Amino acid sequence: MGRFWAIFFILAAVVTVGFSAIGPEFRWWFPGDGLAHSTLGKKIDDLFYLILIIVSVTYVGTHIVLGYVLWRGAGIQKSDKVWFSHGSHALEVIWTIVPSGILLFIAFYQMDVWRNYRVKAYFPKKTAAVAEVTARQFEWRIRYPAPGKILQPRPQPDDIYTVNDIRVPAGQPVSISLRSDDVQHAIFVPGLRVKQDAVPGLVIPVWFEVTDTGTYDMVCAELCGWGHYKMKAQVVASSEEEFEAWKVNAAKEQSYDGVPQTPEAVAAKADDE
Amino acid sequence: MSTVTPDVGHPGAGGHDHDSHGHHGHGHAEPSPLSLLWQLPTFSCDHKVIGLQFLITTLMMLMVGGALALGVRWQLAFPWERMPILGDTVFKADGGQIAPETYTMLVTMHASVMIFLVIIPILAGAFGNFLIPLQIGADDMAFPTLNMLSYWFMWPAIACFGASFFFGGGPAGGWTSYPLLSALQQAAPGSGMAQTLWLVGLTLIGVSSMMGSVNYMTTIINMRAPGMTLFRMPLTIWSMFITAILQAFALPVLTAAGFMLVADRTLGTCFFIPSGIVVNNAAPTVGGGQPLLWQHLFWFYSHPAVYIMLLPAMGMVSDMLACMSRKPIFGYKPMVYSMAAIAGLGFIVWGHHMFTSGMNPALGMTFMVSTILIALPSAVKTFNWLGTMWGGRLQFNAVMLNCIAFVSMFIIGGLSGIFMAAVPVDIYIHDTYFIVAHFHYVIFGATLFGCFGAIQFWFPKMFGRMMNDTLGQIHFAITFIAFNCTFFPMHLLGVAGFPRRYADPYHFPYLEHLLPLNQFMTIAAIIMGFAQFLLLANFFGSMFFGKRCGRNPWNANGLEWTTPSPPGHGNFDIPPVCYHGPYEYSSPLSHDNDFLPQTEYVPLAQRQAIAQAGH
Repeated sequence: MGRFWAIFFILAAVVTVGFSAIGPEFRWWFPGDGLAHSTLGKKIDDLFYLILIIVSVTYVGTHIVLGYVLWRGAGIQKSDKVWFSHGSHALEVIWTIVPSGILLFIAFYQMDVWRNYRVKAYFPKKTAAVAEVTARQFEWRIRYPAPGKILQPRPQPDDIYTVNDIRVPAGQPVSISLRSDDVQHAIFVPGLRVKQDAVPGLVIPVWFEVTDTGTYDMVCAELCGWGHYKMKAQVVASSEEEFEAWKVNAAKEQSYDGVPQTPEAVAAKADDE
Repeated sequence: MSTVTPDVGHPGAGGHDHDSHGHHGHGHAEPSPLSLLWQLPTFSCDHKVIGLQFLITTLMMLMVGGALALGVRWQLAFPWERMPILGDTVFKADGGQIAPETYTMLVTMHASVMIFLVIIPILAGAFGNFLIPLQIGADDMAFPTLNMLSYWFMWPAIACFGASFFFGGGPAGGWTSYPLLSALQQAAPGSGMAQTLWLVGLTLIGVSSMMGSVNYMTTIINMRAPGMTLFRMPLTIWSMFITAILQAFALPVLTAAGFMLVADRTLGTCFFIPSGIVVNNAAPTVGGGQPLLWQHLFWFYSHPAVYIMLLPAMGMVSDMLACMSRKPIFGYKPMVYSMAAIAGLGFIVWGHHMFTSGMNPALGMTFMVSTILIALPSAVKTFNWLGTMWGGRLQFNAVMLNCIAFVSMFIIGGLSGIFMAAVPVDIYIHDTYFIVAHFHYVIFGATLFGCFGAIQFWFPKMFGRMMNDTLGQIHFAITFIAFNCTFFPMHLLGVAGFPRRYADPYHFPYLEHLLPLNQFMTIAAIIMGFAQFLLLANFFGSMFFGKRCGRNPWNANGLEWTTPSPPGHGNFDIPPVCYHGPYEYSSPLSHDNDFLPQTEYVPLAQRQAIAQAGH
């Protein structure tokens, strides 16, 4: 029976590795085409794959040892002598120092990506503040400055508003100010590898640079009540010209009041002023 | 050391088969196997009875928590479809569906029950109580009455949790209860009375844990048998000791935070509530508080709590692995030091739950380094477990299988933790199913498998009978396979960006194709849930029909195996004196046996002779 269980545990490890290997085939892997579509996202993916390699080697290595130990242990009979040992100082030193070197490498190797992502002093120099995103139960309200103006901390009369639809220009670093009106929420754009909590009482700047134009799904990643699952939104990245054109058009649409602009009406208005 | 005569029951038939050492009184009658069981409904101050009370309560709660989990799994596999059994009774008002607020309640209460009513009390409460005095050679805990109260304080807590279901559908703020969802009564249907009851229940469990931890520390420091030096203590005791310290220092913070949140909710204080917040058209909040404060306070307890949920299992598995490998534990002292290191580092890693929370990014860097470093003592422990099994004569019984599963699953759970510790990667996988996979591998895959092993290992000491090993192996195989089928795919779901706590993720186009995989996982989860009835049947059936056994059925070394099974009041009929460490299996000092009980004295001359022969 011992040999059976040794094979059982070896098989379990083999199946988990195999299952992970076929994951991308069934799109049980990074969403969409599997690639990150932002500059930081690409770096995050690189780090992910680096850790994945280290971890996989460790996993396979420890399970080869485990399998060997079980297989061998199952064959030792009552009459056989077992290896009477209280441990080995040399081994302890080795398996303390080697992993600590690897772990510290992982830790310090990540630092600059984190710094660039979150520390304000290291944000890209020309980051355009595109919009303020305010989360509430259960939608995202987005406030853009009028065409040609810059985003003010307080709402302005000519601001443009959208709901659940964040428009940004691609190919340049942009930032959004993240707020919450009620409870805690979090923006999560899987395709861009962007995630940040929206904390009531705080305004948190989030920057990213979308590399490819397109539409990216956006979800809420912090439990915010019964409708947490339905805060469906999208990030639309377009070329800068298209973005500006959209803004002009959106400003026009937003201020449209349906009153026909006849020459008489325009003249009367001019008289009033 | 008192020498109370054990409870006189039926003389044990064949109870001394394995006790070839004959250094205890053969004149004593073995106590009735069920002598502890009959004391369960009493306010007993006997640590063994209290341990058993905790064990049986937590096993019941395990089934409750499991049922809640199956509710969650049902919705993820068959969203909005009529739920079997409960759909026609509990959820009739919703047409048999799980409503979204019910779903968030299920998620919240599954976690709360499993963490606060199962894992923490089964480790510290059940095994801590049962094993500490027995393994260190004491006749009871230092404060028996306090000990009794620590169990009975569980019940008001269970009542609070239970009652909370009847207010607004139950608390639904997640087990972390982040404000403002948990601070403002109008924030969600479950944020009213239910949330208050939840917080009160949590505080009561804290009181219960605190009474236990004070007791454990005092008992372990003061009441060890003669010869039981600190470095002759079984690793179970070390782990319980370190856990008790963790609890004693971390719990007050959670209790304080709990009171602050209750005050915010009921007295109108604003510890966690900033100004000008409008929820569901209620009046704007007055404010001045900061929601992040709760996260810091909560995780300052709840991260050490993760180790409270793991360390005792590590200790018990070390004991069982050594015994079932018939070999000393590999690197006893590194094992102790690494547990201490985990506990020490455990206090400075709480911020890794908050990498995306908006706290100062410089903190993110320090927390990343400390978090990644905590993998080191965990790795050392894993290597030592492998070293313990290396070259041993492995006994492949249900106890051993669960321990091997512990090691194997802990490797997966530990390695997946590295992804999260790395902050940039955590930005992506935070609050996705990757996290869910990670902590289920640690808390279920490691801790609970360790507990399954421990139940079967120490059952003979509780009831003087063995649990059925074949049934135990079947239970193990089904649980292990179904566990991996349920939780391993969650890693891949997480990488696919599948968010946590979603009542219906499939209306997002990028998640649609993950439904079949979730259905597979749910089927596995259902199988796993029902397999636990095998454990219960084995546990309760063996109390009455299990094979009778003597004092030391496993040929183990610990002091607990020198007592009658079950031990009578006062535990030891022969006052124990300890001469060795607990892991002298296959020692050349033990003449024809492959074990050397801690109480067996080996004369100096013999030790010298063997030492010389060895060189």
